[in-house]
Amino acid sequence: MNLQQTGILTKADLVEAVRYPSEERMKKGPVAVCECMQNIPCNPCETSCPFQAIHVGENISNLPKLDEQKCTGCTTCIAACSGLALFVVDKSYSDEVGTVSFPYEYQYSFQIGDKVKAANRAGKCVCEGTIKKIVNTKKSDRTTVVTLEIPIDFVDEVRSIYRQR
Amino acid sequence: MMRVTSHPVLGEMKEIEWVNITVNGKPMKAKKGEMILAALLAEGIIVNRYTTKKQEPRGLFCGIGQCTDCMMVVNGIPNVRTCITPVEEGMTVEVQDGLGKWRGDK
Amino acid sequence: MKQCEMLVIGGGPAGLSAAIEAAEAGVQVVIIDANEKAGGQLFKQIHKFFGSSMHRAGTRGIDIGEELLQKCKDLNVEIWLNSLVIGVYDNNVVAVDVKKSLTEHELVKVQTKKIVIATGASENAVKFPGWTLPGVMGAGAAQTMANFHRVLPGKKVLMIGSGNVGLIVSYQLMQAGAEIVGIVEAQPNINGYAVHASKLTREGIPIYTGYTIIEAKGKERVNQAVIGKVNPDWSIVEGSEITLDVDTITIGAGLKPLIGMAYMGGCKLINDRFLGGWAPCHNYNMETTTKNIYVAGDASGVEEANTAIEEGKLCGVSIAESLGYLDSTKAEELKKAIWNRLAGLREGAHGTERTGAKQKQLEEYTKAMEG
Repeated sequence: MNLQQTGILTKADLVEAVRYPSEERMKKGPVAVCECMQNIPCNPCETSCPFQAIHVGENISNLPKLDEQKCTGCTTCIAACSGLALFVVDKSYSDEVGTVSFPYEYQYSFQIGDKVKAANRAGKCVCEGTIKKIVNTKKSDRTTVVTLEIPIDFVDEVRSIYRQR
Repeated sequence: MMRVTSHPVLGEMKEIEWVNITVNGKPMKAKKGEMILAALLAEGIIVNRYTTKKQEPRGLFCGIGQCTDCMMVVNGIPNVRTCITPVEEGMTVEVQDGLGKWRGDK
Repeated sequence: MKQCEMLVIGGGPAGLSAAIEAAEAGVQVVIIDANEKAGGQLFKQIHKFFGSSMHRAGTRGIDIGEELLQKCKDLNVEIWLNSLVIGVYDNNVVAVDVKKSLTEHELVKVQTKKIVIATGASENAVKFPGWTLPGVMGAGAAQTMANFHRVLPGKKVLMIGSGNVGLIVSYQLMQAGAEIVGIVEAQPNINGYAVHASKLTREGIPIYTGYTIIEAKGKERVNQAVIGKVNPDWSIVEGSEITLDVDTITIGAGLKPLIGMAYMGGCKLINDRFLGGWAPCHNYNMETTTKNIYVAGDASGVEEANTAIEEGKLCGVSIAESLGYLDSTKAEELKKAIWNRLAGLREGAHGTERTGAKQKQLEEYTKAMEG
């Protein structure tokens, strides 16, 4: 089963497409992951990046390409991406925990420090996490960026807060 | 209650100004200026009319005045598309039976 | 008879953009809109748009709507609301039914020099047993209710169709507080962009590719949906049926251009499924085979709001040029830039077929005018 049948991207898909940051880079500090695998005529990721770390080019349907050395993991691109397909991961914290930052456009009541269940790309609860940061600036235009601290083994998997069904 | 009072993008709903309408003989509050259909939907009323031949229920289908499934009798006038007709103070709204009848018609 | 230089039928993204572009050059414009508020479907599009950052990508549809309305106001574009164009006649005469109240209507005739048809599109229905039950509705209808009127049409929703409309509306109903029980797609693959699908799957929403809706059950409202896996011959795989408890079924099965006015105006139409069905042929200036009648946006073939805006601008520039408000060098420069942007927006995963269809539309225009 692939992305087009299920809508569920996997890390393996991204790695295969050479679109996942290197382990080495993730260990150094926060870095963006562009989980955008189709040619969409769209380029706000490129223009929003203060460090010119994302390249789309003149043909706005090109896939975004990340320069992981230029990227500082600042999270600006997360709210800029109209497809909500940009994330920032960080494995530099410690050997046990890391963080993942993701866009969140739902009503919420959680606060910094709260423990929440974390969901993977398929919406399954895979671990517990702690809300580290909630950013909702004028520039992010009603797209909240949430940073979740989770066990390091789940940093490549967790992409949202688990939704009870 | 089906009103979306708080929303991550649209924000909190502004303070509502209410008007009084009568729906199938019962008094009901509606948000000033909203469409009749929306007011009814907010109260969980979703059948707007019954078809002429088979008496089947119909309700919201297109929501923008194209399909006529939400027609009701409003102020005694049949075939009013409620999704594009705003409520007014004192309005009477009735579920339409078939082609509907003008007020006063037998 | 009321006079104007340019009359725009429909005040959505295409119509407003056409009006703005022409009015900026000095054309006197009247927009006729059937609704209480102009803006078309922009005011239910609460998501950030794709496109180029140079042209409002990353901006939410609702905010683009407000921007366009403000510009019209600044440019003194006349907008008639609650007004329905009921006829396009010879010599550029248009008849408008102006709704004054529940019972009062006024019929107004307008003599114009140019007409822009920007009537948009209507939703396609899918017919299955129970499809007429209250609670079964268009995806756009549910979106209008939740985002524009701020009333949820239901709490447990099954979406039929995984095109961008189906995916985006599912997401937005969830933002408004509804539960999405699932998305059904008869094709083996998801039809819309994967990023839109992934927003849903990471919230645990199942996407049933290769499934179709078999039946909606209920008496006065739908309370169950039966879905099943489809065989290549469209029959249902025996034993694959799943019954889901729902109170709403939304249908996102695509859109078709609203071509009534183009038909009445005698414009030559072509049929192409990548345009959404029948649509008027037009030339490089967006003028149809009927002189002085132009077309823009979904009415000229279903695409997206950002392409509608560009097509509207094309109409505006062409009309301003034709009426002598823009010199041809300047107009050509503007048109070229717009066509380039349109080409950019028609690139990518879902662009090739659309580009082909739009090309055919231009070719058919040429054929019709030569023949």
